[in-house]
Amino acid sequence: MNIIVCIKQVPDTAEVRINPETNTLIRDGVPSIINPYDTHALEAGLQIKERVGGKVTVITMGPPQAETALREALSMGADDALLLTDKAFAGSDTWATSYTLAKAVEKLGADIILCGKQAIDGDTAQVGPEMAEFLNIPHIAYIRKIEEVKADSIRVQRLMDEGYDIVESSLPVLLTVVKELNEPRLPSLKGKMAAKKAEIKKMGPADLGADENNLGLKGSPTQVKNIFAPEAKKDRKMLEGTPEQQVDRLIQELRRLKCV
Amino acid sequence: MDYFLTEEQTMIRDLARQIAEEKVVPVREELDEREEFPWEIMKVLARSDLFGLFIPEEYGGLGKGSLELCIAVEELSRACLGVSTTYAANALGTFPVLLFGSDEQKKKYLPDIAAGKRLVAFGLTEANAGSDAGGIQTTARLEGNEYVLNGTKQWITNGGEAEIYTIIAITDRSKGARGASAFIVEKGTLGFNFGKKEKKMGIRASATRELIFDNCRVPKENMIAKEGMGFIVAMKTLDNSRTGVGAQGVGVAQGALDEAIKFARERHQFGHPIISFQAIQHMLADMATQIEAARSLVYSVARYIDNGAKDISKESAMAKVFATDVAMRVTIDAVQVMGGSGYMREYPVEKMMRDAKILQIYEGTNQIQRNVIGQALIKEAAKRK
Repeated sequence: MNIIVCIKQVPDTAEVRINPETNTLIRDGVPSIINPYDTHALEAGLQIKERVGGKVTVITMGPPQAETALREALSMGADDALLLTDKAFAGSDTWATSYTLAKAVEKLGADIILCGKQAIDGDTAQVGPEMAEFLNIPHIAYIRKIEEVKADSIRVQRLMDEGYDIVESSLPVLLTVVKELNEPRLPSLKGKMAAKKAEIKKMGPADLGADENNLGLKGSPTQVKNIFAPEAKKDRKMLEGTPEQQVDRLIQELRRLKCV
Repeated sequence: MDYFLTEEQTMIRDLARQIAEEKVVPVREELDEREEFPWEIMKVLARSDLFGLFIPEEYGGLGKGSLELCIAVEELSRACLGVSTTYAANALGTFPVLLFGSDEQKKKYLPDIAAGKRLVAFGLTEANAGSDAGGIQTTARLEGNEYVLNGTKQWITNGGEAEIYTIIAITDRSKGARGASAFIVEKGTLGFNFGKKEKKMGIRASATRELIFDNCRVPKENMIAKEGMGFIVAMKTLDNSRTGVGAQGVGVAQGALDEAIKFARERHQFGHPIISFQAIQHMLADMATQIEAARSLVYSVARYIDNGAKDISKESAMAKVFATDVAMRVTIDAVQVMGGSGYMREYPVEKMMRDAKILQIYEGTNQIQRNVIGQALIKEAAKRK
């Protein structure tokens, strides 16, 4: 079973602040982490490998420093890592990103491709499904449980607003996962030591056989016009007193505002 | 302070810290309250290779030394001494095999220990033999190809939970100190049973039980080293493990200081955070200074051991006595800095204070450590003449 896990290195948004003048993220001094959803995808990949055998390869597209994220994935137990890095990839939107990643998956060949449901920095949840479209394979998003993996099919639970669906698919398939799926393992010492020494393979546009017009900023149909933080409405009133008094006052207030 | 750890040592520290923060801190209060053995955490430690830290690579370990073990123990102790005691007692029980075991014994037991598949316990203490190891009553009598063990070991950490036990028993009482021998006894051996689980003041996540031997037969090849070597095995084992107890002291003290500082920054009195008051600052300064001194001594002794020092009794006793006395003082002061809050179970420092007390007692009381140091001083002075 060839398993590919796509990961993204993101700023630890728990520690990120926004520059109020430019409305952009202040990235200085903010630690980079593996997108948390992707660690669940990696755990799923490792568990599938433990169940049915195979190989887990992690891939990421990013600047050279994204290598750190790949090494971390290796220390958790991934077998191989591939970094897609080139100036031509810079400025990719989700379309160009999924095109590039899909090219790499095509190159490596995979039975199961796993992604986190979305990245915590962009929050689009588009790259996984778009990759499946480029690859022309089925995808199932928001996986909360993997029920069964066979040589040519898979059965999973897909999280829905109310309850879940049980979906079966042929392979190859692309899955995006939610946090309920599993608890990612911690790295092992042997894994960390091996990951430190491991060679990270790198590929650029030529290695992928990619069409330059589909890459990076040039290949991105999305144009960012402006980034801004939505204005917080400051008009609020705190109600005090016992719960009963608060309820009374709330009703009075709602009546005054003609809400009820 | 920077102790110039190697890249691998830093890696070990970071991983142990990550486990402590993510897996131990969230459950420590509950483990203490319910006196529950931390099996889940032991599984995490096993998967992270931490059980193999000090076991040679040829037996599936990482082949690291005393300093690396101290670093891991310190980080776990920062979160919970009950958990770190369970982990450190495993090392204690393993040392007899590691230091004195035959090739066959090492091949048979070390790979499982390194993988964290089987937990180990060390059985020396008895009702009438604690500080005075000469008072051991448990006997091992040779009958054909087997030794027959009879007697009761008391207050054995990991007792009942561990699969492998290294036991000191008397093989020939007439020979005094040379009449004891060390044995490996596996859980499930006929005639080997456990007493009730003890109720303790602190380190309540760790399990402490009696080991009861009633005509328990073990094969002759389970003897560690030679007949009569039991005391030497026990003493060398304790020499090697004491630094780890010192590391426990450094860890719990650091954990308590961290909590006290956090609290003192948040707690306001007289219109200011209490950390702005000199009375509090001076307490914190003393705590921090003592911890750094203890850490320096523990790391230095660990490095001394790792560099192949032969006689380490005095130095390891110094590391244990100093760091664990610091742990007691610092955890008491952390409760004091936090006042009423510190006394409440809602905050972790009262547990740290309860836990810290055992460090001055187990693996040789701090009074016995001072005896060891004193005897070494006499020996050294006599040599100089």
